Amino acid sequence: MGASDFSKLPHIGESLRRKEDYRFLTGAGNYTDDITMEAQSYAVFVRSPHAHAIIKSIDISAAEKMPGVVKIFIGKDLEGKMGGLPCGWLINNPDGSPMKEPPHPVLALGKARHVGDQVAMVIADSVEQAKNAAEAVEVDYEVLPAVVDVRDAATGAQLHDAAPNNHCFKWILGDKSQVDAAFATAAHVTKLDLINNRLVPNAMEPRVAIGNYSRATEEYVLYVSNQNPHVERLLMTAFVLGLPEHKVRVIAPDVGGGFGSKIYLYAEDVALTWAAKQVNRSIKWTCERSESFLTDAHGRDHVSHAEMAMDKDGKFLAMRVHTDANLGAYLSTFSTAVPTILYATLLAGQYTCPQIYVEVDSWFTNTAPVDAYRGAGRPEAAYLLERLVSRCGWEMGLGQDEIRKRNFINSWPYQTPVALQYDIGDYRACLDKAEVLGDAAGYAARKAASASKGLLRGIGYSSYIEACGIAPSNIAGALGARAGLFECGEIRVHPTGSVTVFTGSHSHGQGHETTFAQVVAARLGVAVEAVDVVHGDTGRVPFGMGTYGSRSISVGGAAIMKALDKIETKAKKIAAHLMESSDADVEFANGEFTVKGTDKKVTFGQVALTAYVPHNYPLDKLEPGLNETAFYDPTNFTFPAGTYICEVEVDPATGVTRVDKFTAVDDFGTIINPMIVEGQVHGGLVQGIGQALMENCVYDRETGQLLTGSFMDYTMPRADDFPEFKIGNVCTPCTHNPLGTKGCGEAGAIGSPPAVINALLDALHGLGVKEFDMPATPHRVWEAIQAAKA
Amino acid sequence: MQVHLKVNGKDTTVDAAPHTLLVQVLREHLKLTGTHVGCDTAQCGACTVMKDGRAIKSCNVLAAQVDGSAITTIEGIAAPDGTMHPMQAAFKDCHGLQCGFCTPGMVISAIDLCTHYPKASESEVRAQLEGNLCRCTGYQNIVKALQQGAAAMASA
Repeated sequence: MGASDFSKLPHIGESLRRKEDYRFLTGAGNYTDDITMEAQSYAVFVRSPHAHAIIKSIDISAAEKMPGVVKIFIGKDLEGKMGGLPCGWLINNPDGSPMKEPPHPVLALGKARHVGDQVAMVIADSVEQAKNAAEAVEVDYEVLPAVVDVRDAATGAQLHDAAPNNHCFKWILGDKSQVDAAFATAAHVTKLDLINNRLVPNAMEPRVAIGNYSRATEEYVLYVSNQNPHVERLLMTAFVLGLPEHKVRVIAPDVGGGFGSKIYLYAEDVALTWAAKQVNRSIKWTCERSESFLTDAHGRDHVSHAEMAMDKDGKFLAMRVHTDANLGAYLSTFSTAVPTILYATLLAGQYTCPQIYVEVDSWFTNTAPVDAYRGAGRPEAAYLLERLVSRCGWEMGLGQDEIRKRNFINSWPYQTPVALQYDIGDYRACLDKAEVLGDAAGYAARKAASASKGLLRGIGYSSYIEACGIAPSNIAGALGARAGLFECGEIRVHPTGSVTVFTGSHSHGQGHETTFAQVVAARLGVAVEAVDVVHGDTGRVPFGMGTYGSRSISVGGAAIMKALDKIETKAKKIAAHLMESSDADVEFANGEFTVKGTDKKVTFGQVALTAYVPHNYPLDKLEPGLNETAFYDPTNFTFPAGTYICEVEVDPATGVTRVDKFTAVDDFGTIINPMIVEGQVHGGLVQGIGQALMENCVYDRETGQLLTGSFMDYTMPRADDFPEFKIGNVCTPCTHNPLGTKGCGEAGAIGSPPAVINALLDALHGLGVKEFDMPATPHRVWEAIQAAKA
Repeated sequence: MQVHLKVNGKDTTVDAAPHTLLVQVLREHLKLTGTHVGCDTAQCGACTVMKDGRAIKSCNVLAAQVDGSAITTIEGIAAPDGTMHPMQAAFKDCHGLQCGFCTPGMVISAIDLCTHYPKASESEVRAQLEGNLCRCTGYQNIVKALQQGAAAMASA
């Protein structure tokens, strides 16, 4: 079945209300902290208050005698008993040498390398007892100088013996000499320095883990707030603890948001799992929000210089980029892929720029590890490119829409100079639609209206593209991935005709229980209520790589479609037997099997029952049962793209900057549930606009102390920070997966930051403000205005 | 120390240390885990419950401070037969939730808002929701849900 036929099936394109909502609305969700094990104990981690320090000694003698204490573990107790936390992506330097991979111990060994680095694990009968004992653990630190900013890393105090000058790797993409030659012919070169500021993901549910071990069965069970239980299990058993994989079960029940921060194998997950066997008790750890600020993987943190060479008409000839990427104190699971493979390969954007050269240097600093956060590399690429392109327009005297129209790709497939080949799109249509939906024609009048209120109005464009639906395993492997990126779907038809779907994808807000049920119900002609979706449990789902990189519908959904193909093929054989016809003459539509040219028919329900009560059945040729599994490895990434237009109002007296209007037109290919897709866009837009206007993770440059350590100091987007968004769609179905979907989970966070800052710069242009780095808080905007006056 | 509460209509006595927060009593003593802890600075609102008909943040209140009060948690909002309250139904209809973690607090705040500001405009609704953070929905559908729920509550 092709994507075009698929999109015409019942339920596809229907905004069905979500099946999972009832439990969430009535307080019956099952989040990890809601789970209590028999006689469970509690873990609290002793964490370094210093950004960089030698651990000279740890004295637990007073602490371990305190009431309720079960056991206290320090780094030395784990040494030799387990490996360090692994990095899943190998990046090589230009000379072919591998990146530096310093050890990443589960509990700090010898040194603490960021504020919050875990130094000891205290296990006690209650949280309070564990906290009291943790305070009594005496750690003798020798404080070292700290380095926080990626620009200081090369000359700052060295974190790891394995990484001189704190340099992890240099990575390049493209041919520098060809690009430099193209620059030499340019009529104009636009240059830009910019910072993509560090963010804290802040899912509303903090991390939680419960480690369990049974001596009777020698089985471990880890409950954990996580986006990919099978990956968690594989990494932990194969690379860290050396446990038999089949004796470890990882369950991610209801998860309260992830945004990437819950992909990783964290130290706490490993420590709890291991310790559960040591103390022969269940151990629960619940991260507190301020602890989360210190220890969840952060996002972004790039410093870049970019240049675009153009001809006299503003056509892009070549681009070159240098980026310094902050990796934090240790390599987190995906971290090295984010500023390289997931970033540089998007720098062609929606444009026909024939020559691109990118050079990335990555650095260790005394900050929390940095890894994928909603968009993971693609927001960094879109921010740089879309800021640069708007600036090209301003410098060439062309409107932000005109410079883009002159350079849009308009035929597909399109091979970019940065490895990726886009399958399909219609970038001009997205921009045109955004201008209509956003009433670009009425902008001048709105600008005048703002001016009459004493406000400066600006308009900003962003025509983003992104690569998701990750990923073809062989390409990923060639680029350094240490894992495959396929997906798995199992369709279990029950004798009475209802269906359970086991998916390797994981829903932590994305609504898969509804969307995937729509897909299955549409194909099999059963009611959506008759389809149940199971995810998040390695004990029930065959395998899966989990949810991130907007891959669930395109990869997880494709695996389900392949399994449905197998179900359909087998069901047709059973139906053929029931109708005494040949397999080739049987057709299946709307839940019924018919024979071409006759009025014979049997229902899906009859076939299901027959499969499990095989009395009138070709047992000589066909096994009973109707249960099929498929694994799907994508042949390419998918490429959602669109145009966002933002209008801001700035009060020049106070610097207060508000988004007054925001229009988003996205091409996500086939849309299964428009309501759910639109919800993903809203959420992404708020995170992206949040980055542009208010979010900023700040460490003190001298001491490495985290200054924005709670919701008091880290400004989270709130309901009154936004207008109503205008959302529209264009649809060019993905050419290489059976649903025609592209994925939609991250686009909003990718495309919005440059739209906002372009609008801000447009608003402030008349005041002489030419440069600006996020976030556009009132103070920073006001300072920029004052500096331009000086 | 004993704390006497009426929780979701049921008289309850709990033995808790004096420094126990209301949210701890609800989650740990009474096993009502629908009320969530999302922060430690009383910003996020995931812990919002009703005390004597007003929304409060249960992470920010000692159980002892509400001794003798009537507390309604998210578990007490639907009808006894499980039928959703109009506000809960509105959240579902308007897709006002994704991961669900902020949702109990949002629903309680929404009901409080509609009860005390029945004719709130969109901007007033957005302002009143300042005390409830959501990281998933981008708020737009929560605002729609609140307005739809308010209308349903008014006509009920």
